[in-house]
Amino acid sequence: MRATQSPHVLAKKDPHLRWRLLKDLIARRGVTLGGLSVIFFIVLIFFYLAYVVLPVFKPASIEKISDYPLPGDGNTLSLAIEEQLEVGARFTGVGDVVFFRVPDGAIISQTHVIPQGSEATSFFAADRARGTLTYGLNDGRVLVARHAYKSVFTEDRREIQPLIDYPLGETPLVLDPRGQAIKNIAFQDNENESSFLGVTADDRLVLLHIAKEVSFLDEEVTLTETRQELPPLVHDVDYILLGKTQARVYLLSRHGDLTNVDISNKSRPQVIQHMRVVPQHVEVTSVQFLTGHISIMIGDSAGTVTQWSSVRQEDNINRLVKIRSFNESPAAVTSLTTELNRKGLLAGDNNGVMSVFHSTSERTLLHEKVSDSAILKMAVAPRANGVIFEDAAQRVHFYRVHNEHPEVSWSSLWGKVWYENYAEPDYIWQASSASDDFEPKFSLVPLTFGTIKAAFYAMLLAVPLALMGALYSAQFMARRMRTYVKPSIEIMEALPTVILGFLAGLWLAPFVEQNLPGIFSILIVAPIGVLLTALLWNTLPRAVREPVSDGWEAALLLPVIGVIVWLSVEASPLIEAAFFGGDVRVWMTNEMGIGFDQRNAVVVGLAMGFAVIPTIFSIAEDAIFGVPKHLIQGSLALGATPWQTMMRVVMLTASPGIFSAIMIGMGRAVGETMIVLMATGNTPVMDFSPFEGLRTLSANIAVELPESEVNSTHFRILFFAGLVLFLFTFVVNTVAELIRQNLRRKYSTL
Amino acid sequence: MTTNIKDWYKSGAPWIWLVAGAVSVSLLMVFGVLALTAARGLTYFWPATVVQLEYQTADGPAQRLVGEIQDSEEVPAARVTGAGVQLPDDSPAVVRHLLKTGNRDIFGSDFRWILQPFVVSREAPSDLVVIERREWGNFYGYLVSVKENGALVAEGDEAWSAFQTHAAATAELHQRIKQIEKDAIGDVNYAIEQLRLTTRGLELEGELTPAAQADIEQQHAVLSEEFAALERELNELYQEIERNSYVVETMDGRQVELPFSKVVRAFKPNSMSLLQKVGHYFEKLWEFVSDEPREANTEGGIFPAIFGTVLMVMLMSIIVTPLGVIAAVYLREYAKQGFITRLIRIAVNNLAGVPSIVYGLFGLGFFVYFLGGTLDQLFYPEALPAPTFGTGGIIWASLTLSILTLPVVIVATEEGLSRIPRAIREGSLALGATKAETLWRTVIPMASPAIMTGLILAVARAAGEVAPLMLVGVVKLAPSLPLDSNAPFLHLDRKFMHLGFHIYDVGFQSPNVEAARPLVYATALLLVVVIMVLNLAAITIRNHLREKYRNLES
Repeated sequence: MRATQSPHVLAKKDPHLRWRLLKDLIARRGVTLGGLSVIFFIVLIFFYLAYVVLPVFKPASIEKISDYPLPGDGNTLSLAIEEQLEVGARFTGVGDVVFFRVPDGAIISQTHVIPQGSEATSFFAADRARGTLTYGLNDGRVLVARHAYKSVFTEDRREIQPLIDYPLGETPLVLDPRGQAIKNIAFQDNENESSFLGVTADDRLVLLHIAKEVSFLDEEVTLTETRQELPPLVHDVDYILLGKTQARVYLLSRHGDLTNVDISNKSRPQVIQHMRVVPQHVEVTSVQFLTGHISIMIGDSAGTVTQWSSVRQEDNINRLVKIRSFNESPAAVTSLTTELNRKGLLAGDNNGVMSVFHSTSERTLLHEKVSDSAILKMAVAPRANGVIFEDAAQRVHFYRVHNEHPEVSWSSLWGKVWYENYAEPDYIWQASSASDDFEPKFSLVPLTFGTIKAAFYAMLLAVPLALMGALYSAQFMARRMRTYVKPSIEIMEALPTVILGFLAGLWLAPFVEQNLPGIFSILIVAPIGVLLTALLWNTLPRAVREPVSDGWEAALLLPVIGVIVWLSVEASPLIEAAFFGGDVRVWMTNEMGIGFDQRNAVVVGLAMGFAVIPTIFSIAEDAIFGVPKHLIQGSLALGATPWQTMMRVVMLTASPGIFSAIMIGMGRAVGETMIVLMATGNTPVMDFSPFEGLRTLSANIAVELPESEVNSTHFRILFFAGLVLFLFTFVVNTVAELIRQNLRRKYSTL
Repeated sequence: MTTNIKDWYKSGAPWIWLVAGAVSVSLLMVFGVLALTAARGLTYFWPATVVQLEYQTADGPAQRLVGEIQDSEEVPAARVTGAGVQLPDDSPAVVRHLLKTGNRDIFGSDFRWILQPFVVSREAPSDLVVIERREWGNFYGYLVSVKENGALVAEGDEAWSAFQTHAAATAELHQRIKQIEKDAIGDVNYAIEQLRLTTRGLELEGELTPAAQADIEQQHAVLSEEFAALERELNELYQEIERNSYVVETMDGRQVELPFSKVVRAFKPNSMSLLQKVGHYFEKLWEFVSDEPREANTEGGIFPAIFGTVLMVMLMSIIVTPLGVIAAVYLREYAKQGFITRLIRIAVNNLAGVPSIVYGLFGLGFFVYFLGGTLDQLFYPEALPAPTFGTGGIIWASLTLSILTLPVVIVATEEGLSRIPRAIREGSLALGATKAETLWRTVIPMASPAIMTGLILAVARAAGEVAPLMLVGVVKLAPSLPLDSNAPFLHLDRKFMHLGFHIYDVGFQSPNVEAARPLVYATALLLVVVIMVLNLAAITIRNHLREKYRNLES
């Protein structure tokens, strides 16, 4: 009777059974939970990679903190904000520096920097890295002051104290010996030299150059001053842009005339080019150097910001060339300011709209109305995380800026970008350099190209060998031989790729270099040798052939191919001497114009081909072996030769499986890291030549990730490269797997 | 005959021969790689003959060269003459040898290329000595005398035996120094560091009372005293070990005096009997697997790398086995078989094809920076800003590799589960067992060989994987093993050395690649052997298993 009762009913009576059922339930829940969480973890990989990558493509955002009336009096010449976003500075037309608290505008201190009796007639404060302020005075003299900030710790509070000093002394220096007022001034200095360039009230361009020389013996400093007048110009000079190398100066008028003057020889300035930088009836309203002083950004009354970069031209002279422009707002650009450590810039316009751009990525990261009146002066913090600006309503606004990753955009990752110092737009990967104002070049194209190139050469070797091998092993090989051969080839797959890479880099690469003609002659000699052997075997008397049954051809060929390879390698120096003048690399460079890297695509192709052969072989062999026997027997019975049956019946039936084998092999070749890392020179060049090196996405990750700063743009782009690899291989493998499953179903119905 | 060939061609036989050739080429490649690795790796330990050559170039003076010939190759003569060398005859090709002359401290480099046509004579004098040293690589030359504290004690024929006794005594001293430096001082340093962290921890929690501080200071004083005593002992040992020296003559006739403290071993390969050579071979082999690396990993042993690899793989197995088995049991036994399950199965299968570097990225971002960083914030605030778990370590490497090998275990286990005949499950259920009992008592035990196969394949894959490890905790030289005598004994946060990375690092990042090459071949051989054995084991188990189920089904 009890047998008919359900366990649950029984359980009520039997505590032991109840315990067993509880255990069963726990096991069910536990396994389900465990299984699902393992699967969840696998999915997590994808989402985690995407989560790291996403911030790169996010636009910038700003957050208003406060606004307040202009601290101090007088008209503002320029604004500044220090690194901690605590202290701001206002430089006024009467020669005052007003330091104020950025969050609420309270004045901290106010200093008059101009000596008594003088009057500031011009002002220059472009060099934010050093914090210098240059005043041109009404008597032809110039004064350099500097604003700096120091942290003082008082009773567990940190306070930023602003201060003013005079790097070139408190006494003004004479720029114009004739004592004319300086209408416009520019200044640059470094450890070795300082240059001033000013426009006087009577429109002369005067240059003062001070060279510092330190004597080796007594460390005495000698200053050499050179004063020079530049040739007169055909246009007014409203803006002077003096580069930090103090070799070039760009003079601009409000109406858009630009003169490019070479002042590398201070006593003989030379005009390089004259041009117009804005269309007719448009005025230049704001000009700034981009960080690095290679490009200038020009904002105009039509609301366009254009980037002009100094590009070396065919005659070896650098000239300004327009490389890109941003056109976001219809109103005139009233204020431009550039970021200190990145190639980014901020623009304010006549309607009170603020825009954030990045030159390399050509991205407009932000375009937002921040004030009801025109933005007159703007200053961005050194870390580009805060901005203050003054509007026409005489109020100062303070915003926080969230703009961590402006350097890349979808188009700069995959398209040509015109980088500074390059003659034309190009695909470049160069993530870092020693210099501070370096323009990072994040183009994934050379890396993707390298990946495809490496995979291509690997497949060139692997596909024919693996498929032909699979064909023979599945259909023609003797059963007994197959039981040894198949595991032998499959065990190749288990060989650590680091060993293949090591052999490729340290043994194969020099070997190929030494025996290049020999290696290539194997390609020709081996098939001929095999065919000749076959022919010879066919003409041998039956008595010799009889003991070797069909299906052992591969074993017979082992010594033949071994000898062919050995002979080809041995003959390599002779071939080289006979046909290539003794040194094939020299011959290639001179006669063919092909460069030769020792660690090149041929080496990668051989080593990675080796690694991919077992993958393709194993899957393709299964597919071919699985072709139903009655199809083959039917074909043979109808009089087809074994080879015809093979090509027209077996291959055709198994073709989806073969296709999926190739796809999976390619997936492996694309993602392989160690072999390419060790067997190539890892140079991100775009050259399809088999004798040049390459750099793949995966090797790039392995090389650069350990050195990249956590959560920097570079770090995230490397994750993006990983995501690309992940998605590519995942999609390829899934498609291949689906094809394979369908094939299996087809076979079972045949 | 022509018709015969035509028929033969028509039969398709040439094509069959051609595809057979592809198999032969693949096989040759496999065995070629294995043979190459074996040949280069195994000969490294053999005491090679050291030759003395009379070398006379066309324009230079006659030279006496002493060294091991490491490599010989034939190059086109044009390449040699292109470099400005005059050859005595004009044959199209010329043989050149790579001669390892050693004595890097004296000659600047270990190797030089020599051309066969210029070799006047070649002999192997029996009194040539090879001295393996802790610095500057091998010495090749003739022993002249042995000095004690600068005073001559043996010369000529007696020098060799005096050398041997002194070398043995010095080796003993060196052993003691190493023991003190590595173990005793290491332990004291560890204890001092722990004290510092305790202090900082108490300080952070605001519980650093004067009493606690006094207690810590007292402990610190004890440790400092211990440290000072050890240092004194060490100083004495150092003075003793530096006392003795020997004088040797190099190939260019110079006599140099070198200290015994740097000698590892010395031998006269040309006068060794076969038995002695075999003995030497095994001694070197033992040193290779049991000793620590010397000279920026280019000499000595690889024990820390073997240890690191084994420990990491063991940790990985502990993590991956339960996870993989549970996931497989869920997919095969509990989940509803349908479209979703099929999708999951494909996804799991394909994860095996995802590039390993992607797992490295995930490991670095998620495990190291996210999990590790959080752990540091929560449990190790006293060590910050120096990270404890927030940097690469053996636990993160093991976790990363267990995700990487998870698909292997899942697929193998599922395959094992699917091979178990229905009748067995149904029999168990019919006898009244619950599903969990059926699984636990019959299905999983029967599938255990399959699980084992999966695990072995996973271990083989993990042992050979390098790319992800480079991102999550492998280093070229770890100061200490992740397992030692200091509580808690197993230091999961430590960085470790790994065989595969060792190959990459020594072969490609080492300052003296040429000298390190034989050692890299030996390391590669060891790794290949381990992985081959594991794979063959997996294949054997799998075949055995298939036989067993075939019997069950019938």
